[in-house]
Amino acid sequence: MTYKYLEHEADIGIMATGATIEEAFQDGAKAMFNVMFDTTLIEEKDEIPIYAEADDIAALFVEVLNEMLFKQDTDAIAFSRFLVKEIKKEGDTYQLNGIAYGEPLNLQKHDVKTEVKAATYSGLKFEREDGNYVLQCVLDV
Amino acid sequence: MGIEIKKITPYLWEVPKTGDMLVPGRIYGDEETIQHLLKDIEMGKEWNALKQVVNVACLPGIQKASLAMADIHPGYGFAIGGVGAFDLENGVISVAGVGFDINCGVRVLKTPLFKKDIEAKKEEIANQLFRDVPAGVGSTGEIRLSMHEIDEALVKGASFAVERGYGFPEDIEHIEENGKVENARPENVSIKAKERQFKQVGTLGSGNHYLEVQWIEEIYDNEAADAYGIYKDQILIAIHCGSRALGHQIGTDYLKTLESASKKYHIPIRERELVCAPFNSPEGQAYWTAVNCGINCAFANRQAISHLTRKAVNHVFGIDMRDIKLLYDVGHNTVKLETHDVDGIEKKLLIHRKGATRAFGPGRIEVPLDYRDVGQPLLVGGTMGTASYILRGTEQGMKDCFGSAVHGAGRALSREQAKKRWRGDAIIKELAEKGIIIKTRSKPGAAEEAPGAYKDVDRVVNIMHMAGVNKKVAKMRPLVCVKG
Repeated sequence: MTYKYLEHEADIGIMATGATIEEAFQDGAKAMFNVMFDTTLIEEKDEIPIYAEADDIAALFVEVLNEMLFKQDTDAIAFSRFLVKEIKKEGDTYQLNGIAYGEPLNLQKHDVKTEVKAATYSGLKFEREDGNYVLQCVLDV
Repeated sequence: MGIEIKKITPYLWEVPKTGDMLVPGRIYGDEETIQHLLKDIEMGKEWNALKQVVNVACLPGIQKASLAMADIHPGYGFAIGGVGAFDLENGVISVAGVGFDINCGVRVLKTPLFKKDIEAKKEEIANQLFRDVPAGVGSTGEIRLSMHEIDEALVKGASFAVERGYGFPEDIEHIEENGKVENARPENVSIKAKERQFKQVGTLGSGNHYLEVQWIEEIYDNEAADAYGIYKDQILIAIHCGSRALGHQIGTDYLKTLESASKKYHIPIRERELVCAPFNSPEGQAYWTAVNCGINCAFANRQAISHLTRKAVNHVFGIDMRDIKLLYDVGHNTVKLETHDVDGIEKKLLIHRKGATRAFGPGRIEVPLDYRDVGQPLLVGGTMGTASYILRGTEQGMKDCFGSAVHGAGRALSREQAKKRWRGDAIIKELAEKGIIIKTRSKPGAAEEAPGAYKDVDRVVNIMHMAGVNKKVAKMRPLVCVKG
């Protein structure tokens, strides 16, 4: 596991570490999914394309997490894994294309935990640390 | 970073104005509150509430003081329990001052039942409420709205639900703002936000949201209790929830808009989540008119849930739904235009309350006529196992803290710490032994919400009472708690 939860009294801080930026995004997404569900119970039956853009990598992290919350709500789906296909810079904007894997939400099957309302800019960080990439933010639950 | 803090009274403390602060910070608390806050600073905790109070004190146009109520704990941008009043000309509006769950709040229904009437049917009413009121991650409501109807709900608030048979016209006068704020512009709410709301009207949500059957253990203020129509041993039902996904998406959308605005208008920001826009700018007005939609959406949502609750109580006890009356409904994640006295002058201000309740005192025209002599009711939620309170607003509160109150006990431990310390099923069993039935789909959620993870609500309420800004009216104990 290359993510951890940080002490925050009201909400939940997440920190993901990856050898690549893509990995850090993927693990950050996993950290969020595991706040909501037991992801080991979710099968990868559906693939939902995810697109997000922002002016910097840290904001892109918040953007992509919020996009997945939106898809989960509107498609009534539970995600267990996120795959980053590409992160590129177009002009001043960073763009991310990826796929979220999951299946239709089933309250009997999936061990639902706590709803995440939004990913926030609080404690938002994107850094290099010991050769790894670190992404961090607070989830409002 | 060290922060100096001075005792003004045993229940009110001040962070003197220094550096970039435009006003001092003022915190309601006792020695224990303040020691806890200072310890967080000393330990260098990344998110600490005192620092958040100071950051808000630096925002342009802030008036009098950056305030925090006695349930203060770290939030994002604003501390939870934070109150910030801003000048309309030079002041700002902030997403963090409202939060993502716009107009999350509490409403309390009064039943004609006594504690003794319910004991034998406690399990039955618990099951009925759990079945009838959708709660938890991914739950959907029975009300499905078209895009056009969503827009109507965002403008009409609670009345939208009443017009569709969810509740009674007399409910409206017992909701803060009569269940509807003006200046709500659905065109400033994204299609995404509306899409997220399609299936969520009339759902509780999860986390700390709940529906609770309570009994009144003690009355402290007979005059106010008479005005509110409450008495010892009476059964009340409290509903705690907000604007659901619509509010979450409004916050998400406007965080980006206000971040650009902070740069455009050169507003110095000490934490990225504190991004804001001048209230009078196009960006500030767009956010404000969208937030007003979120506020109305939450009123409509609590109105719909009240109907489901009344139906469940009617089914189990055979009580006429009309005899289950609405005591009051107050939001605690809001930004509102209000008139207050600033240095002897009546002034219209923009008041942010993040995890704080409006607490208007006697005589204010915003308070329903039947409550006006005693001040508005404040509905303070405890935890699954501990007391909740009904307080009232006071004149001193109007003077000292823009008529504001605590909103709950406030967390003392993080959700992770709580999960390490307790197990959900053990907590549920322990509460059952105390006669409290918990209904939840999420066992880990029950551990996160363990009573021990919160501050002592009696102490928190007592601080506000002793400070004179909120006064105790009644104390309730839980019998049944439905959690998301």
